Amino acid sequence: MFKTLRIILTSALVRGIVGQALGTALGYAFVAGLRALRGAETGWIYEPALAFGAIIGVIGFLLGAGVLTDWLKWAIGRQTPLRHGAPAGRPEWSRYFNVDYNHKVIGIQYGISSLLILLIGGVFAILFRLELAHSGMQWLTNSQYNTLFSAHGIIMIAAILGGVGAMVNYLVPLMIGAADMAFPRLNAFSFWVSVPAALLILGGIAVGGWDTGWVGYATLSLRAPVGMVLFLLGFWVVGFSSIAGSANLLVTVATMRAKGMSLFRMPIFVWAAVAASLIQLTATQTVGVALTMSVAERVIGLNFFDPTGGGNPILYQHLFWFYSHPVVYVFVLPGLGVISELLPVFARKPLFGYRWVALSSLGIALVGFLVWAHHMFTSGMADALRVPFMFSTMLVAVPTGVKFFSWIATIWEGKLPSNPPTPLLFVLGAISVFLIGGVTGPILGTIPTDLHLHDSYWVVGHFHATMFGGFIFPFFAALYYWYPKMTGRMYNERLGKLHFWLMLPAFWVMSIGQMSVGLLGMRRRIADYDPALGIDGTQLLITLAALVIGWSVLIMIYNLAFSQRMQPVAETNPWRSRSPEWQIPSPAPEFNYDVPFEVVGEPYDYGLADATYIRDATPAAVPSGD
Amino acid sequence: MSAVTTTHAPAHAEHEHGLPPAQQVRANRLGLWLFCFSEMFLFGALLASRFVLWGNTRPELSQVMGLVATSVLLLSSFFMYRAEMGAAYGDRSKFLNGALLAAALGTLFFIMVVVLEWNVFGLEGNLFGVELFGHLTPADGVYGGIFFAMTGMHALHVLTGIALILIIWWNGRRGRFTPESHWGVEATAIYWHFVDVVWVFFYPALYLMGHLAH
Repeated sequence: MFKTLRIILTSALVRGIVGQALGTALGYAFVAGLRALRGAETGWIYEPALAFGAIIGVIGFLLGAGVLTDWLKWAIGRQTPLRHGAPAGRPEWSRYFNVDYNHKVIGIQYGISSLLILLIGGVFAILFRLELAHSGMQWLTNSQYNTLFSAHGIIMIAAILGGVGAMVNYLVPLMIGAADMAFPRLNAFSFWVSVPAALLILGGIAVGGWDTGWVGYATLSLRAPVGMVLFLLGFWVVGFSSIAGSANLLVTVATMRAKGMSLFRMPIFVWAAVAASLIQLTATQTVGVALTMSVAERVIGLNFFDPTGGGNPILYQHLFWFYSHPVVYVFVLPGLGVISELLPVFARKPLFGYRWVALSSLGIALVGFLVWAHHMFTSGMADALRVPFMFSTMLVAVPTGVKFFSWIATIWEGKLPSNPPTPLLFVLGAISVFLIGGVTGPILGTIPTDLHLHDSYWVVGHFHATMFGGFIFPFFAALYYWYPKMTGRMYNERLGKLHFWLMLPAFWVMSIGQMSVGLLGMRRRIADYDPALGIDGTQLLITLAALVIGWSVLIMIYNLAFSQRMQPVAETNPWRSRSPEWQIPSPAPEFNYDVPFEVVGEPYDYGLADATYIRDATPAAVPSGD
Repeated sequence: MSAVTTTHAPAHAEHEHGLPPAQQVRANRLGLWLFCFSEMFLFGALLASRFVLWGNTRPELSQVMGLVATSVLLLSSFFMYRAEMGAAYGDRSKFLNGALLAAALGTLFFIMVVVLEWNVFGLEGNLFGVELFGHLTPADGVYGGIFFAMTGMHALHVLTGIALILIIWWNGRRGRFTPESHWGVEATAIYWHFVDVVWVFFYPALYLMGHLAH
């Protein structure tokens, strides 16, 4: 017991948090001290000092956790071999609390922190859903409500980015036959830099919150309470994680594929990960610029957005949505990739139209860059931009439709089991939910209907359906499906099914309920509504549904946490998959493939006699590394 | 947003399970170019903001200072090239001198931006009839905002580049680069040229395009 405590207290996580606290204090004291030297009065919370302290704090975290140690040693010319396994004299589980360079450890680190953050964001949602259950103010103040829904938005986005990081990091090197990512240290940096970022955002709530929603629109952001600056900086720091992680993934896929794995013989999830990474690599920079400008305008007084100084608030929205629209495809593309990956395994049939599905991911990523201004039809941007953006928005339906047709055609005359296991249930649930999210989209993309529905609960319903269908359901499917791979144990099937049958109907009630109150005049981002709208009953139903979803997720976390101890050992390949990661023991060995494999056939030829995807590479075929 | 982390990798990452050195350098090179591609969107967004907020106008800036600073930066790229060639062909003095000159010219550029154009010390003075210190302040509406944002973000990258050059110079003096293995030098050179090319776009956008405001 005492030893366990000592291991945790000396772990990179705790050292990082101490480093962040010290760095923040140091940075704060530096700026506040300069001001005190000039004899100026300062209140308890002095914003420029807080902003500077936040940045130094992030550096403090990275130094304290030891993420930068190897690079600093390289700078003075010392070679550092990559450490493998747990630090000397520490148990295996301590790897998850320390800086580890194995992609599977980092993937699980991403996954666990993503679930933790998901729980925090979910608790926030339930707190303000309770407020909305009835008209009139129940138990929150307006500013508490504003902080809660703003924090819910950004925390869920952080959780989703973490979940994407988990799937991509864990699966892609296994799927392409690599021992690890191309840059293991950069991989660890990508994960660890998101921890202080999350702490910054939570710190923003602690110092008094903010009221702009997760979008942080100028000029409201310039007048928001002091928590705003920590939100902006936290969001900004998450960007480092996205950019570094996506560059790493792209290089890994480009240079480390197994022999014979041409682009069109990669598992389909890898295509989705590549398309999502292309978006993350590029678009993240523009929101970085928007956030930097907001911080500079608030803290230093540079003028960009405030019209009283000649600035243009619409500029913020353009820069912001140039990232924030494509990024929803970062959330859904890996999820849709999971659906395409799992369906052929359970239908025992080839994936229908593999090439089209692979290219549709790139298509969505490309078209995703051309649609951002459809969020701004009512914002007062140039009128000439409206119609082109309406048409480009409709274009997204084409590659997305390709995916839907492929799924239906894959299921068609397939051999789906009559008693579907949990991952398959979640995949089918995801398709149904994503369909709701998909068909409610064009109504928002069409200018005349959008003018009516903009900022209504219809948008909330649509967005939650796309996120649950495109990410949450597939992510849960992936967690159940690859759980035996990660732990070597089987999850509890009955609890898994209970989770699904609670969550799917509850979600339908919640999402369709949100859309219906939106049509009846419910605005988003407000704490109260008029009882004369006659939506009290539906609002109560939505709140109850949200509670059911919350409980069902807790069931899953219980299942995943305790199946580890209680469930029987899983077979090596419980799903009879052809994918390379299922051909090796579970959990996967430290360096994945003791014998490299080569690709000799198509990845999804289920049900075809004598079709092989991979076989052990002959010794002569081992890459010589020129 | 900038992370210089991809620019530096070990020269001899030789161990059992890592990539073979040649493959690692290829991966590093691709990673660095992807990083530059990513940064292109950072500077592109700033450039786009300039056109949104300034339109067809520009603030009054010293044309002589702008031209001299730009020449200094371009010249530093030339010496960076010589440094890289020195490292690639094993000519150590050419490498060290080139790197030092590139860093010195980069520092000169940085000083010209921060001390002269930004005039952080609030000085006044003339040299050969040319006013040395700029008048634009951060409080000058969108002109101050965009000018300080664009030059500031660029100067931050120049500063990073100078630090990287000094790191390779320091290591080069200890003989840690060979013609076969000098990825650190190559990466620094690519990064430095990239920062230069950014300025090639920023300079006309800030100093030359449009007619004078006010």
